Formats: sequence, structure tokens, C-alpha cells
Amino acid sequence: MAYETVIGLEVHAELSTESKIFCDCSTEFGAPANSHTCPVCLGHPGVLPVINKQAVEFAMKAALALNCEISTETKFDRKNYFYPDSPKAYQISQYDKPIGKNGWIEIEVNGEKKIIRINRLHMEEDAGKSTHSEFGDGTLVDFNRVGVPLIEIVSEADMRSPEEARTYLEKLKAIIQYTGVSDVKMEEGSLRCDANISLRPEGQEEFGTKTELKNMNTFKGVQRGLEYEVKRQTRVLKSGGEVVQETIRWNEEKGITVSMRSKEEAHDYRYFPDPDLVDMVIDEEWIERVKASLPELPDVRKARYVEQFGLTDYDADILTSSKALADFFEATLEYTKDAKSAANWIMGDLLRYLNEEGIELEESKVTPKHLGEMLQMIEKGTISGKIGKTVFKEMLDAGKDAQTIVKEKGLVQITDEGEIANIVEAVIENNPQSVEDYRSGKQQAIGFLVGQVMKETKGKANPQLVNKLIIENL
Amino acid sequence: MSISKKDVEHVANLARLALTEEETNIYTEQLNSILGFFEKLDELDTSEIKPTSHAFNITNVFREDKAGESLPREKALKNAPEQKDGQFKVPTVMEG
Repeated sequence: MAYETVIGLEVHAELSTESKIFCDCSTEFGAPANSHTCPVCLGHPGVLPVINKQAVEFAMKAALALNCEISTETKFDRKNYFYPDSPKAYQISQYDKPIGKNGWIEIEVNGEKKIIRINRLHMEEDAGKSTHSEFGDGTLVDFNRVGVPLIEIVSEADMRSPEEARTYLEKLKAIIQYTGVSDVKMEEGSLRCDANISLRPEGQEEFGTKTELKNMNTFKGVQRGLEYEVKRQTRVLKSGGEVVQETIRWNEEKGITVSMRSKEEAHDYRYFPDPDLVDMVIDEEWIERVKASLPELPDVRKARYVEQFGLTDYDADILTSSKALADFFEATLEYTKDAKSAANWIMGDLLRYLNEEGIELEESKVTPKHLGEMLQMIEKGTISGKIGKTVFKEMLDAGKDAQTIVKEKGLVQITDEGEIANIVEAVIENNPQSVEDYRSGKQQAIGFLVGQVMKETKGKANPQLVNKLIIENL
Repeated sequence: MSISKKDVEHVANLARLALTEEETNIYTEQLNSILGFFEKLDELDTSEIKPTSHAFNITNVFREDKAGESLPREKALKNAPEQKDGQFKVPTVMEG
């Protein structure tokens, strides 16, 4: 029997506020343990939490960018559970009136577009960070992260493959990153993802029993973890077994999922409205104001790149996948009109470099001005495109501008006809076989001769000129 | 609505309270009589009343997003029964 995969994702993103959601402790990442805590976030008795307005606006902004409706009446509730990373023994979250609901985003997998619905987007506070001793002699808890504002985005179970899930997550990340409300860095934990996954016989309406997959810390991990789980569940079902509803953990190193100890009893969170926090009323004017502050989002920007710059769908997709990259591209266009060429340099040499070095664009030394000026030099024929590669590499490594690099390394293109002509003559004399080949009709022999001239000039000869002179000489 | 002994045991367990058999019996009885009293409210027609989460009629109490001073670490940790490396130390918990 063939099975269909059904996946829904729960994504948490930390909001980039300066202070925590209910107190004025700093949200700074990487501070010494327990240096950003106060009676409010430590859950001391008698304290009064007050809602951070910026956190509410950030949540609204994300919700609007994800096509959610904003709840005009919304509130915070207490979710009760005991765990050492939660000093109050409850987490302040939103239960029945999330700030955003009924959203959607569009993804594209293998050329097919698909809408993934978002059930809800709600606000809550983050928990502390616990470190478990290897030797089993205690758990250490750092409460710096307690109270950092989070949004949780719950999708509908609309994804039908691990690849769709990964694409959805990447798109979600891009959109949130564009809005600027979160760093969305999976490796720093400011973006986290849990997945619900089940299988059902093809054609069946009813969902199968799901497992909840946790601890996937990279985009690749999300896809691999889900792929593993699809295989595992398929095996269970095909052998006549039943999938057990449980929480499982993805072990990235071993590439397997591991069942977490099953709970003795089901959770009973006993949600109720937080009596310390008053309700929020969001009026039309506020929504409109936040809406107006939204930047151009990835889909719109992508469409504009195709329309305005004549880029392919594929190129526009890559360039708009991160706001920083798209901004870099557009800033480069202030120096050159050749959008296609700018796009190629960015998607080729620049992205390759960033991948190899494992760094973010913001951390690299190259600026749009540097790239733009180099493209001007290529357009003017001061350097060849080939030399441009050398110059660009140097720009990335040393952060110098093109002019300086070209001058320092003596890379200016040789455009002096006399000088090139001498080299061309010498090359023709030294390669009689190729000359013979060309004369007997082998057009491609000319490529070899051009190559020899370029080698002699260390790539500095103007290629068009070399071509012309060789043909004339032959 | 009436509360069974089982309900009382469940709620006690959620609150991490260890009740004796006798206590369980007493609380079952007391909670039932409290709920019984509240049932009097059912005589009122509340179909037109919005659920109330607060006694005050105020909304939108916010603070501006400005980081202020936190507690010095020693103070934050002062009530911790055990601490290590500037962190709260608790008995080992396994996730799940």
C-alpha cells in the first residue's frame, strides 16, 4: 500500500526587542549566566509584569507579513507545567485569542506553487536554558533567556513531503527576516522548529497517528529528520504495526530519531487568563500603521526583479532569498546598469565565497560599491571579465576596492594593439599545428591560440582584440 | 457538576501535593460544597454577558521597549538552594 506523508510545523522565533516581554531585563545573547534577570522574570511572588509594546508590534508585523488576520481583542494566558527552566511554574502564552490567525504563505517545490496555511501566530515568553550534567549529578539553569519574547507560528498540516517542509521553513525565515522582527538564526536558537508528522494510506481523508519531532537545529536537519521518520513510520505500517504517538528527538550526528521517554500522563496545562496582564485591544488604525511599516516582501520583490531587471525566475528567487543579499544587489545597481551581470557575480563568485568561508554576507569585506566599480571597469574594458575574478577574490579577502587591486597587481588590460600584435605573431609562429588545423577548417583551433596569448599576457590582453588580431594574421 | 475523589487526586498530583486518604476525603467534600454554592449563580441569565477575565475595565497597559538594570547575579541566586558556576543547580532532569 502506498502512503501519503502529512506534515505540520510549529516554528518559534525570538523577537529582536531590546528588553524582555514583561520586564526591562536585557535580551542580549551570550551574556554571563543569570546576569539578565529580575524578580519579574525569576517569578518572585508579588511582582507585576507589564507588556512590552514593541513585542506586540513585532508580533503584529510578522503576522501581517504572513497574511494573518489580526485579532482585535487579544490576551495572555498562563500555561501551567513544572519544569526547572520555567521559574514561575507557568509560561505566559496565548491560548484562545492568538494575536494572528488564518494566514498563509506560498511555496514552490519542483516548479509547483503551493499555498501552506497558517493556523495561528501567538506571542509567548521564552524559557531558561538548562544544561544537563554528563555525570548525572544535577542540571544547571541559566534564566537569561526567560522572558525573551517569542512568536510561535503554527501551520496547518498542509505539507506532503520533507522537502515541502524545508521549503516552507526557508520561506518563513525569509519573510520574517525581511520584516526585521527577528534574527531568525537557527544556529543561535532564535529560530526553532518542531514538526508533526504522520502517514495515511493514499486517498484516505483521516490523518494517521502522528509523532512530534524535536531538536532539528538546521534546515538540512529538518528535512533529514523528517525523511528518516517517513521511512521509519512506513516500515512500521508495512509490517502491520501501529505508529505510537510520541515525542521523538532527531540525533543529527547519528542521523536517526530517538524516542524520548514517554510521558506517564498526558499534559494538562490548565490554561487561564493571566490576571496580572490586562487584555489588549488592537484597533484598525494600529493595524494600518504596522501594515504601512512592512517592507517589500520576498514574493513582491522577486516579481519586481523579473519585471524590472529582466532576471529569470530562478535568479530572482535566489537574490531575494535573503534581504541582505537583495539589498546588496540593488545597492550594486547604483554603480552599474547591467543587472544581469551584477546578479551573476553575486550569485556566482560572491555566494560561493560565502559558502566556502561559512560566513554571512554582513561579515564579508566586500561592499556593493566595490563590486559596482569593478563591473564599471569591466564594462569600460579596463580589465577583462577573467581578471575580474581575480580582482573580486582579492576584494573579498582583503576588502580593498577594485582600482587599488588592479593598480597594485598590475592587472590593467592590455589594449595596445601593437603590443598584442607582437605576442600574437609569436604564438602563431610557435604553434604551427594549430595554425594548420585552423586553415583546414577546424574553427575551434582558434580557441587554443587565444588561450596561448592570454597565458602569455597573464590574462591581461583584451580578448576581443586578441581574437581579431589572430584572425587577421591567419 | 460534582468533584470525585479521582479529580482531587489528579489536581493534587498536578500541584505536586501529597494528600493522605483522609485529606482527599475532606477536600472532595469541601470542594463539592464550594462548587455547589457557585451553582447558585447558574440561576442568572448570563447568555448576553461577555466572559470576563479581569475585574478592571482597562486594556492596553504597555511599557516601552527599554532595557534597564537587572539584579546583580549574587542577588538573583541568593534564594537558590544550590548553585554552581553562577547557575541554579537542580536535581538532574531528563528531557521528556
